[in-house]
Amino acid sequence: MSEKNAVPVEVLSPILKRWRNDPSALVQILREVQESLDWISPPVIDALTRALKLPYSKIEGVAGFYSFFYTRPRGHYRVLFADNIVERMAGSAALIERMCRNLWVEKGKVSEDGLLSVDTTSCIGMGDQGPALLVNNLAVPKLTEARIDQLCELIRGKVPLAAWPAELFAVDDNIHQRGLLLDHALAPGDALRAAQARCAWGGAGSGPNALVEALRQARLRGRGGAGYPTALKWESCRNAPLAAGKERIVVCNADEGEPGTFKDRVLLNTQADLVFEGMTVAAHALGAKRGFLYLRGEYRYLLEPLQAVLDRRRAAGLLGRAILGVAGADFDIEIHLGAGAYVCGEESALIESLEGKRGTPRNRPPFPVTNGYLDQPTVVDNVETFACAALIAQHGGECFAGIGTAESTGTKLLSISGDVARPGIYEFPFGVTVGEVLAACGAVDTQAVQVGGPSGTCLGVAEFGRRIAFEDVPSAGAFMVFDSRRDMFEVARNFTHFFAHESCGFCTPCRVGTPLLKNLMDKLANGHGSPYDFAEIENMNHLLRQMSHCGLGHSACNPVLDTIARFRPAYERRLSNQSFEPAFDLDRALAPARQMTGRDDEGAHLSIHCEEDQ
Amino acid sequence: MSAPAKKKLRVATTSLAGCFGCHMSFLDIDERLFDLVELIEFDRSPLTDIKEVGECDLGIIEGGLCNAENVHILREFRARCKKLVAIGACAVNGGLPAQRNHLKLAEILEEVYHTSPGIAQGLIPNDPELPLPLNKVHPLHEVVKIDWFIPGCPPSGDAIWKALTDIVAGRDPELGFGLLHYD
Amino acid sequence: MSEKFTLDGQEILFRAGQTIIQAAQDAGAWIPHLCYHPEFKPHGSCKLCTVTVNGRHMASCTTQAAAGQVVESNTEALNGERRTLLQMLFVEGNHFCPSCEKSGDCKLQATAYELGMMTPHFDHFYPSRPVDASHPEVLLDFNRCILCSLCVRASRDVDGKCVFALSGRGIGTRLVVNAASGRLVDTDVAMDDKALSVCPVGVILKKRRGFAVPIGERTYDQAPISEVKE
Repeated sequence: MSEKNAVPVEVLSPILKRWRNDPSALVQILREVQESLDWISPPVIDALTRALKLPYSKIEGVAGFYSFFYTRPRGHYRVLFADNIVERMAGSAALIERMCRNLWVEKGKVSEDGLLSVDTTSCIGMGDQGPALLVNNLAVPKLTEARIDQLCELIRGKVPLAAWPAELFAVDDNIHQRGLLLDHALAPGDALRAAQARCAWGGAGSGPNALVEALRQARLRGRGGAGYPTALKWESCRNAPLAAGKERIVVCNADEGEPGTFKDRVLLNTQADLVFEGMTVAAHALGAKRGFLYLRGEYRYLLEPLQAVLDRRRAAGLLGRAILGVAGADFDIEIHLGAGAYVCGEESALIESLEGKRGTPRNRPPFPVTNGYLDQPTVVDNVETFACAALIAQHGGECFAGIGTAESTGTKLLSISGDVARPGIYEFPFGVTVGEVLAACGAVDTQAVQVGGPSGTCLGVAEFGRRIAFEDVPSAGAFMVFDSRRDMFEVARNFTHFFAHESCGFCTPCRVGTPLLKNLMDKLANGHGSPYDFAEIENMNHLLRQMSHCGLGHSACNPVLDTIARFRPAYERRLSNQSFEPAFDLDRALAPARQMTGRDDEGAHLSIHCEEDQ
Repeated sequence: MSAPAKKKLRVATTSLAGCFGCHMSFLDIDERLFDLVELIEFDRSPLTDIKEVGECDLGIIEGGLCNAENVHILREFRARCKKLVAIGACAVNGGLPAQRNHLKLAEILEEVYHTSPGIAQGLIPNDPELPLPLNKVHPLHEVVKIDWFIPGCPPSGDAIWKALTDIVAGRDPELGFGLLHYD
Repeated sequence: MSEKFTLDGQEILFRAGQTIIQAAQDAGAWIPHLCYHPEFKPHGSCKLCTVTVNGRHMASCTTQAAAGQVVESNTEALNGERRTLLQMLFVEGNHFCPSCEKSGDCKLQATAYELGMMTPHFDHFYPSRPVDASHPEVLLDFNRCILCSLCVRASRDVDGKCVFALSGRGIGTRLVVNAASGRLVDTDVAMDDKALSVCPVGVILKKRRGFAVPIGERTYDQAPISEVKE
């Protein structure tokens, strides 16, 4: 092996040691390797094949899946601007251009000296303080022209990230309205002691469990958006048969990837103890010994603070062996980071990722509650759900059930962004109307709200009386507001780009359908859409909904369907009066030949529309 | 009382970026040509040598689009023909010519006119009489609306006969097992 | 084997644990499919085998048969949706049947014939996918890959290797081989690997076998795919 290809053993060894040479930690190992070496080179993969006893193709398959992993050099500074519609509205495009111009780099490419690359990524959970970017996966919010210039200076000066001014990385919580979750008075351990008072730890086997009963009484439903009853999930996992050598697993889904959502970021930053306590309550109910927090890669900056919380809890006897001094009450939590894959928010894809694989949603059944992490019974719940569970363990189900509506109890954290005076986090009881939320955050002249992110629902003015609740407008937390200046077609188009970027590629309809849909929307945006293309969009929507493997494909057409239904003129305005438009720009298709021949005569061009037609 | 003689369908055909194989196969419908001319009459076609397409009921187009002239002729057909049929693999998906699509046009021209062995001081032809090549070869349906497709390389005489008789009878053409081929 | 469901009105008996497509195949009924193969663990990715089960769209290769299910498969609506999936597969890759050695033996092509696909309909992606001719005996033409992962499963589950795997994501998903060079010749592939014989399309081809069976006399020239026993 040549000098150039030498594998830096001093880098790999401690990483491999930290992850126990465990192939199921492959995603974590690749992440740490890249943090040290800037990219994952073939010789490094080769070295990992030997250390982890994994085939090359498998590691390449995993590395190739996650958009934050690079199997080709991407520069020492890898800048990714958040590209959600909210950031675009805040002027991200001009800032991207400014950085590219300043640093002589073309968007999407690596600078000639290999120093940096500038590109875009999906929403990074900073919608209330955008535009924002990630540099080597660390978030820099509140971007301004001045801040961009400052970043350029640091990059040009090759200043190590660790030496960058800390204020660049300061993320605000922006909590504007507190309730149950954000205003609790629990101290670490309170809910665990309450749980212990309700029933003994674990209590393996069937039969009612007081904690599960409390959840049932609370009628708690999962906060990830689907609203599955949490008691039922925990009970199914509890009752799932356990093969020899297997154990039950608790997983906290902090892969908050739905564009416009950032409430889990704030919960983890301000209420980490409550969340970990909720996970430990679950372990108490299930007799689980092992837990994972799956944190989206965009929240990399939270890793060390969260590790510190875990350490503190271990030291306080709230985690680890003999929790609260109870013999056999053993439970610990490991943090895994994602690496830029929205689909991993789907629970079975998340489990695949935890196992060190490509984040492809599994075929179900079997469900994770019986066959989850490494084929073991696994509960996967949202960050907010675990926080609720801790409160319910403390206060009982009844008090929780008294808040909200009959079918949607408790409160909901909303991540509000877009055209509002005060973007940030708002905690409302379920059942709050969209109009009430808009009033609270200072929205005026609102034309539409995207509730629950691109895969959720787009509401127009006539629907602002509708309620945030599972039985009306469900939401995982995103609440993006658009005033009358905004072009709702552009909103939907941005979302089709998002889904095409995030499709895992497993099933045909989503893998091919999401880019086709994106291309059709782009065609309309370029003024080359005909009624024929509009009909194609509607057909694609139908197919994605019927044939896709998972929720991503099912909901990829939602923003388009919703905006067509409510803002049809925004589409019609873009349709040409031609009955059919070419798939591509005919004149541009002649440009390479023009350049090669030096011709520019009339015959060297093609008009957009058919002159024979006029 | 005798039924009025049914008006014959006026049909134009052409070959764009194709090899005329589909036209040859058209002739393979053999003696049924006599039946066919009872039903249709030809406008512009290599079979008639009429150069300009007139108002037609049906246009049958072989070959895909590899240059500006192909695009002009296709648009002319679309403007003058009530219905268009894409015939053959090249018209349907670009076919053999589209296998250049993974190469950059500049590289192809370089290779052909500058760097191939035997080329001395070659120039890339730039006569305005010559149509410029498109950067990629495209099938017909990506540029105009195509009403029907007869795939095959070429489609057999039987397949062409079946499709045409379906169309003449006012049906969407259907090629069952043995007639439907992409090769 | 006494429990049954109905498939397009016909009663189908099934054994416990069978999927809908398994029971249907045992009963001699054909449901279109590409990534399903009776010898391998179902994958459920191509979605061609989607049927409606009590009105809901489900992949029949991953859905367990259950007593009383009302399954519909051979309907105009479902065949139309399947045709659209086939068209997506055709425009996603570079499928030039006239110059493909697999023509006539290709399941993608034969299924498209059976479902009456006259055009790929969509705008072509025309991706750039270089072939791998490095191996002396085997050619890999990735242009035709439909990402069914049958070779991946065969290599893993039968050959006990990982000669093939999927990498990339979304429309960029691609088949890779088990070597740092990315070339088949540098992998641990062996000529008797099952993985080399399961490709439903023309990606994995043995060299120097071209036209051993003439066009016109190949598997699906003889009979439509719905009538060819797997």
